[in-house]
Amino acid sequence: MAGAAVTGSRGKETIVAATETAGTTRRDFLYIATGAMGAVGAAALVWPFVSQLQPDASVLAMSTTEVDLSQVAEGQMVTVKWRGKPVFVWNRTPKDIAEAKATELSALLDPVARNANLAADAPATDENRAGIDHEKWLVVVGICTHLGCVPIGHAGEYDGWFCPCHGSEYDSAGRVRRGPAPENLAVPPYNFVSDTKISIG
Amino acid sequence: MSGHSTFEPKHPALKWFESRLPLVGLIHSSFVAYPTPRNLNYWWTFGGILSLMLVCQIVSGVVLVMHYTPHITLAFDSVEHIMRDVSYGWLIRYIHSNGASMFFIAVYIHMFRGLYYGSYKAPREVLWILGCIIYLLMMATAFMGYVLPWGQMSFWGATVITNLFSAFPVVGPTIVEWLWGGFSVDNATLNRFFSLHYLLPFMIAGVVVLHVWALHVVGQNNPTGVEPKSAKDTVPFTPYATIKDAFGMVCFLIFFAWFLFYIPNYLGHADNYIPANPLVTPAHIVPEWYYLPFYAMLRAVPDKLGGVLTMFGAIIVLFFVPWLDTSKVRSGVYRPLFKQFFWIWIVVCVGLGWLGSKPAEGGYVIAGRILTIYYFAHFLIILPLLGLFEKPKAVPASITEAVLGKNKGAAPASAGVSAPQTKG
Amino acid sequence: MSNTMSFRSSLLRPLAVAALTLGLAAPALAAEGAPHPHREEWSFAGPFGTYDRAQLQRGFQVFKEVCSSCHSAHLFAFRNLAQPGGPEFSEAQAKTVAEEYQIQDGPDDAGDMFDRPGRLSDRWPSPFPNEQAARASNGGAYPPDFSTLAKARTYEVGFPGFLIDVVTQYQEQGPDYIHALLVGYEEPPEGFALPEGAHYNKYFPGHAIKMPQPISDGQVTYTDGSPETIDQYSRDVTAFMMWVAEPHLEARKRIGFQVMIFLIVFAGLLYFTKKKVWKSVGH
Repeated sequence: MAGAAVTGSRGKETIVAATETAGTTRRDFLYIATGAMGAVGAAALVWPFVSQLQPDASVLAMSTTEVDLSQVAEGQMVTVKWRGKPVFVWNRTPKDIAEAKATELSALLDPVARNANLAADAPATDENRAGIDHEKWLVVVGICTHLGCVPIGHAGEYDGWFCPCHGSEYDSAGRVRRGPAPENLAVPPYNFVSDTKISIG
Repeated sequence: MSGHSTFEPKHPALKWFESRLPLVGLIHSSFVAYPTPRNLNYWWTFGGILSLMLVCQIVSGVVLVMHYTPHITLAFDSVEHIMRDVSYGWLIRYIHSNGASMFFIAVYIHMFRGLYYGSYKAPREVLWILGCIIYLLMMATAFMGYVLPWGQMSFWGATVITNLFSAFPVVGPTIVEWLWGGFSVDNATLNRFFSLHYLLPFMIAGVVVLHVWALHVVGQNNPTGVEPKSAKDTVPFTPYATIKDAFGMVCFLIFFAWFLFYIPNYLGHADNYIPANPLVTPAHIVPEWYYLPFYAMLRAVPDKLGGVLTMFGAIIVLFFVPWLDTSKVRSGVYRPLFKQFFWIWIVVCVGLGWLGSKPAEGGYVIAGRILTIYYFAHFLIILPLLGLFEKPKAVPASITEAVLGKNKGAAPASAGVSAPQTKG
Repeated sequence: MSNTMSFRSSLLRPLAVAALTLGLAAPALAAEGAPHPHREEWSFAGPFGTYDRAQLQRGFQVFKEVCSSCHSAHLFAFRNLAQPGGPEFSEAQAKTVAEEYQIQDGPDDAGDMFDRPGRLSDRWPSPFPNEQAARASNGGAYPPDFSTLAKARTYEVGFPGFLIDVVTQYQEQGPDYIHALLVGYEEPPEGFALPEGAHYNKYFPGHAIKMPQPISDGQVTYTDGSPETIDQYSRDVTAFMMWVAEPHLEARKRIGFQVMIFLIVFAGLLYFTKKKVWKSVGH
């Protein structure tokens, strides 16, 4: 079409062409505008169909879970569900805490705390992993950072978790100590509503 | 889909591929080089519009299934969940529910166009019959889809329509229980309707492929009903038909958007916003508007089996139109009497549709009987006789002659104009 | 084109004739029990309609203080109160409302169900545990759920009104009916046999409704100075019910307008492109 229009080059068309890039004419402009309009329309139409796959409003609203800690004895680890995922709540013994504190940061595979309640670059010390002002409580998302399996508690060489899928091991602060998992178990956003109750999410 | 391909790949990779699977050549011959009569009017864009609507319904339907739950305790609420919580769920649901009506509006116009211009006549009988099959599949699909939201009208519509089969002697009740998978419309019915509602559109798509194939074998009819005789009578599908179809589609989408965004519940029934209750029947059970003419026929016949047979017969008769129309002239444009009867028949169809929405009592039933008889008389008596007694107007020698004759004003095409065209 | 033209003009004439004949026949054949509700002015009607926030907030107050003691709204969640396009309470206000209600949750670790204060994600608690209980408490009648009620009520418009409604975008049969019903209680006319436990309502089909007049002047105290009359209460709660039934109405109409503008411009461009392409071809 473009070629035909250019060879046609009547007066009006050449004037318009001068304001456009070389070789375009008013006829081309019409075709380009129509084509561009169609492309914009198609793109706009795609958006609702992509957007509908997102978590819907009812799922987004179901984002908090409350846990009563008074029922969790020392040394006991419970699993609660938050946003459809397991969350481990562990009432650690002094021995577990001492072990975690004794570990040098340089010995860790992942030196970052991965704590949603702290800055993104906070170091993975035990203070930064455990509950604020409640150091015996450890709350982590129970999903291995390798490929999403649920690790087994009180297992492995580091007295934390052992993932049966590919052998990753975590210590008593939920920090990864043996691969292939690349990151520490994530600490979800949560806060202490009282000394015996936390609200996750 | 027939041998009009002039496509010769230049790129070596494409050459390699084309010699193994001539896919691009097929597309090129079917949708680029394919010769279309140059005189097609906008009623011919409805074929393209229907393809668009089929895609629209399949895409929006697949998305709805991602959020819908086919269980009697959850179906209604899951549709409302789509309307309330899913991102743009209201849009996609309204696209699908209004899209069904738009699909039927387009298909009725497409069918009326075919009937007016004699598009069913030889050699297009198979093309026509495939179209009738698509229409039947559409009716089945739409009916089962309407059951899925599990509102009052869903439930009672399903109950009434499946009960049609109980009219058949001896085996009727057994068939109905078999259709239901129980002793009433229940969870088993909902689940099988859901499954079939998902399956049938793909069967429609399959028959559409056959329909288009058949079309490309025999070529498109046109307003004159005269077959193209030379290259001058046709233009390549692309860009001529594609741009015209695109314009037609966007105009249709404006109409669609009016309903979709501003009156999305206009074509539905308020009762379907009440969850299904097997213990209470709504005051008026009315099917969706596109079934209303058939519903009127069903109720016009006092006998149960007779009503059912009449209703199905109204569709079956369409399959035989190619042989019921005995006229030598194809297009209604050149058939003065046929034209009159065609429009009377359209009015009868609209009238039946209106009667279908009214309660079955008194004057409505009598009117329904008269119109039902006329509906069948049109096909079984008027069409065969018209062909024998009607004096058609002069048919142009070619499409080009018809076009040029018109462009010269009221003067008929002279022999001088038509002569060069007849050579080809 | 001539074919198109003849097709078109010959389309309209017989249709008009048929429409007229059928239309004249309609009133004679139709047998309607109740008068048509009056068509009210609603802020959410028409192509640019939006909900009136203050009205929805008042309507919610009426629902909460009056209607919800018998009627459920099981698809309506507390979080909806704060979502855009609704009454748009603040999230804190919505939370406060939620916490006023006890929601059954559980089972807990001992296997028992327990009550806890409502959260934003909870849905509006129903006044009765099930339909049977609702019927037992309401003289055998089931107070319908409010979730979709405003879209589930209508009245027959008839010919040619139903065609005009397509053009005028009239979609408010439900709200008009509900408002008419709420203000339609009156003394039964002489000779009308009112069944035991029923009340006379001008707009209810059959006129004998089980719901007693639900609200009276001054029953709900408004803080924004709006009149505390049955008529105003009725308008406010009806608007609220419409929003509960169609919470995304505003987004729908807003996006609809954008889509319309786009399609019309696109159609215009396509029309001129089509003319250019076909310029050299007579047809």
